[in-house]
Amino acid sequence: MAANEVDVFAHEEKRNLELGGHVGFDSLPDQLVSKSVAQGFCFNILCVGETGIGKSTLMNTLFNTTFENEEASHYQSEVQLRPQTYDLQESNVNLKLTTVHTVGFGDQINKEESYKPILEYIDAQFERFLEEELKIKRSLFNCHDTRIHICLYFIAPTGHSLKSLDLVTMKKLDSKVNIIPIIAKADTVSKSELDKLKIKIMSELVSNGVQIYQFPTEDEAVAEINTSMNTHLPFAVIGSVEEIKMGNKMVKARLYPWGSVQVENENHCDFVKLREMLLRVNMEDLREQTHTRHYELYRRCKLEEMGFKDTGPDSHSFSLQETYEAKRKEFLVDLQRKEDEMRQMFVNKVKETEAELKEKEKELHERFEQLKRMHQEEKKNLEEKRRELEEEMNAFNRRRVAAETLMGQALQGCSQQPFKKDKDKKK
Amino acid sequence: MSSGEVLVSKADGNGGIMALQKNLEGYVGFANLPNQVYRKSVKRGFEFTLMVVGESGLGKSTLINSLFLTDLYSPEYPGPSHRIKKTVQVEQSKVLVKEGGVHLLLTIVDTPGFGDAVDNSNCWQPVIDYIDSKFEDYLNAESRVNRRLMPDSRVQCCLYFIAPSGHGLKPLDIEFMKRLHEKVNIIPLIAKADTMTPEECQQFKKQIMKEIQEHKIKIYEFPETDDEEEMKMVRKIKDRLPLAVVGSNTIIEVNGKRVRGRQYPWGVAEVENGEHCDFTILRNMLIRTHMQDLKDVTNNVHYENYRSRKLAAVNYNGVDNNKNKGQLTKSPLAQMDEERRDHVSKMKKMEQEMEQVFEMKVKEKLQKLRDSEVELQRRHEQMKKNLEAQHRELEEKRRHHEEEKANWEAQQRILEQQKLDASRTLEKNKKKKIF
Repeated sequence: MAANEVDVFAHEEKRNLELGGHVGFDSLPDQLVSKSVAQGFCFNILCVGETGIGKSTLMNTLFNTTFENEEASHYQSEVQLRPQTYDLQESNVNLKLTTVHTVGFGDQINKEESYKPILEYIDAQFERFLEEELKIKRSLFNCHDTRIHICLYFIAPTGHSLKSLDLVTMKKLDSKVNIIPIIAKADTVSKSELDKLKIKIMSELVSNGVQIYQFPTEDEAVAEINTSMNTHLPFAVIGSVEEIKMGNKMVKARLYPWGSVQVENENHCDFVKLREMLLRVNMEDLREQTHTRHYELYRRCKLEEMGFKDTGPDSHSFSLQETYEAKRKEFLVDLQRKEDEMRQMFVNKVKETEAELKEKEKELHERFEQLKRMHQEEKKNLEEKRRELEEEMNAFNRRRVAAETLMGQALQGCSQQPFKKDKDKKK
Repeated sequence: MSSGEVLVSKADGNGGIMALQKNLEGYVGFANLPNQVYRKSVKRGFEFTLMVVGESGLGKSTLINSLFLTDLYSPEYPGPSHRIKKTVQVEQSKVLVKEGGVHLLLTIVDTPGFGDAVDNSNCWQPVIDYIDSKFEDYLNAESRVNRRLMPDSRVQCCLYFIAPSGHGLKPLDIEFMKRLHEKVNIIPLIAKADTMTPEECQQFKKQIMKEIQEHKIKIYEFPETDDEEEMKMVRKIKDRLPLAVVGSNTIIEVNGKRVRGRQYPWGVAEVENGEHCDFTILRNMLIRTHMQDLKDVTNNVHYENYRSRKLAAVNYNGVDNNKNKGQLTKSPLAQMDEERRDHVSKMKKMEQEMEQVFEMKVKEKLQKLRDSEVELQRRHEQMKKNLEAQHRELEEKRRHHEEEKANWEAQQRILEQQKLDASRTLEKNKKKKIF
C-alpha cells in the first residue's frame, strides 16, 4: 500500500498525461468499496474499566442492541478478558464486531499485574495475524482480523483525576493499541467539576507521556470536526438502554428524582460525540492505524527478537528467502551440534566407566594373585615340614634298625654264654 | 429495524470463531464505513500495471492510446514495434493520469522484439523473468523487518494480441499462454479485428476458444456475483471472448459526430461502435468494472502461488517433498519450531535408549566381575581347605611318628635297663662265682 499524501506518486519517475475524454477509471474507488462491502468488515473494541463502571451498558447503547453479558463479581483473583463476536448489519454493510471486556479489573488488592492479561490478549491477536502472514500457504484476505482496533479506557468519575492504576495501564497499552479515554458515569459529575476533571486528566496524560488516539486531521472532509473533537477529550459518557417519553419521542435516558439525563443530548454528555467519532467518522482510520502502526511495531519487534535482519553485516540486504535459508541452516547446524554433543557425552561416559571397570578387574586379579602367592608360600612350608618329617622318620628308622641289629647281635652272644655256664655247672 | 431476534451462526468460515447475529434497534452509523474507505482510497491513489504482448505491427500501441484516450505512445515515446531490438526486451513506462479526483499511476510494460525473430524459442522467458522479478521484489518488500512504502509493481494484467489470421492460434501463442497463465491474468485479444467480417470473426473466436480449452489454458475469468444485472453483463462478455479489438489514434467525423475510427474508402470502422468491434467491452471490463478484481486476483492467487512455491523450496531443499506435502500451512518458523520439538523428543528417546544399553552393559560387566570373584574365592577356599587337610595329615603323621618314636624309645630304655640289669646280674654272678 502506498503512503498517504496527496501527490502519492511524487517519488516515481513518470509522465503526467492529459486525457482526451472520459476513460472511466474514476470508478476505481467504487470498485474497491463494493469489493470491501461484499467481503464485510471487522471491528474489534476493547473495553477496559473497573467492574460495574458501565462497559456493557455503553456497548449496548452505542450499538442499539443488547449484547450478552453476565454481570461480573468483584472476587476474581486475576483480570480476565472476555471476547464476544457479533454479526451486525446496517443497510448493506456487514460488520463483524468483537467486543472484549476486562473482567475483574481493579478488584484485586495487588494490582501490579492487572495490565498483563490485557497486554497479553492484545499481543496474542497480533501474533495470530503475524503467524498467518508468515505461513507458506496463507489466506490473508479470508482471515478474520481479531486485532484490537480501539481501546476504550473507562475512567471512574470519583476523585479529582486519574488513579495510578489508570496511568500505569494506559502507559503500557499506548504503544500497542489506539486508546480513547472516556469518563464513565458522567451523570455523577457536575458541569464545572467535569471541565476541571477533563483538564486535569489531559494534563496528567501529557505529563506522563501517554499517547492517546488523536482523530486525524489531514483529510479536509473531516479535519474540522476531528480537530474540534480532539479538544473535547476525554469524552464524558453515560449509557442507558431504558427509554422514557420526552414530548412525543422515546429517548434513551436515566430517570432521577431531580430530572432525567438524556443520553443523546449533547448538553448532558458527550455520548453523541463518542459515537460520531468512533463509528461514523473514524472507524476506517482506527483500523488503518492498528494495521500500519501498532501491528507493524509488534511485527518489527517480534522479527528482530527472532533474529531477522534487513541487512547483513556488510549492508547487503537479505531477501526473505535468504533469511529463511540462513536461519534454517543455522537451525540444522544447531540440531546436529546438540546431537553430536550428546553422543560425545555418552562416549566419554562409556570410556570413564570402562576405565573404572578395568580398574576393578585389575584389583580383583591382584587380590587373587596375592592369595595365590600366599598359597604357594604355604605349600612350600608344608613341603618343608613334610621333608623334615621324612628325614626324621628316616633317621629314626635307621636308629631303630641299627638298634635292632645290635640287639640281635647282643642277644646271640648272651644266649651262648649262659650255655657255657650251664655246661660248667653240670660238670 | 425489527426488534431483537438472536440467530446463532455456528459454522463460520473464518477460523471457527462463533459470531452471534444481532439486530440493531436504531441507526448506529457504521454504514458510513464504505464512505470512509472511499475517501481514504482516493487519497492514497491507485496503481495499475498492464502488460502488452504480441508481434510487431498488431496495433498494440494504438490500442493502448485508444483505451486511455491519451498519447501514451507517441513519436517521442515510440511503441514496441518501433523500438527494434535484437532480442526480446521487457520495458516499462509509467504515466500518471487523473480523472474525477482519482489519481492513477499506470505502468505499461511492453515486449519489443517478441515473436519477431526467425527462431522464437524461449522468447517468453524474458517475460516470465520480468514477472517473477516483480513478485520477488514485492515478496522482499513485504518480508522486511522494517516495512514502509510498499510500491506494487506486480503485473496485474497481460493483454495478449493474437494476429487475425482467421484460422486459429499459432504455436507461439499457445506456448506463451501455457507458460504464463499461472503467473498473470491473461486477456487474449484479436488484434486488427477490422480485417475480418463478423462471420469470420465469429468462426475465429470459436476456434480460438476451442484451442484454449484443449490446451487447458486458464485465461482471466470474470468473477461470479450475486447481482443479477452484473451476471447478465458477465455472461454477455463471456460469450464474446476473446475480444476482437480495433484501435485508432485519429478522430473522424461520422454523421456529425466525432468518433475515433479508421477511414477506409468503403466506410469508417468505428472503434467505439459495439457492432464493429469489442473495444467498448474491453474498456468497460478492463477499466470501469474489473480493474480492482484484476489486482485482487494477482494479489490473492498469482502472487500467493509464487510466494508459497518460493518459501516451500526453503523448507525442503534436499528433502523429499512428498513427505511434507501437508505441512505448507505453517510458516517456516513454526515449521522449525515443530522440528526442534521433534528433535528434542527424538534426542530424549535416543538418550534413553543409549542409557539403557549402557546400564545393561555395565550390569553385565559387573555381573561378570562378581562371578569371577566368586569363582576365584571358591578356588581360594578350596585350596585353603586342601592345604589345611594336608597340614592335618602331616600333623597326624608326625604325631604318629612321635608316638612310635616315643614308644620305641621307651622300649629301648626298658631294654637298656634290662640289659643293664642283666649285665649287672651277670657281673654279680660272675663275682659270686669267682668267690
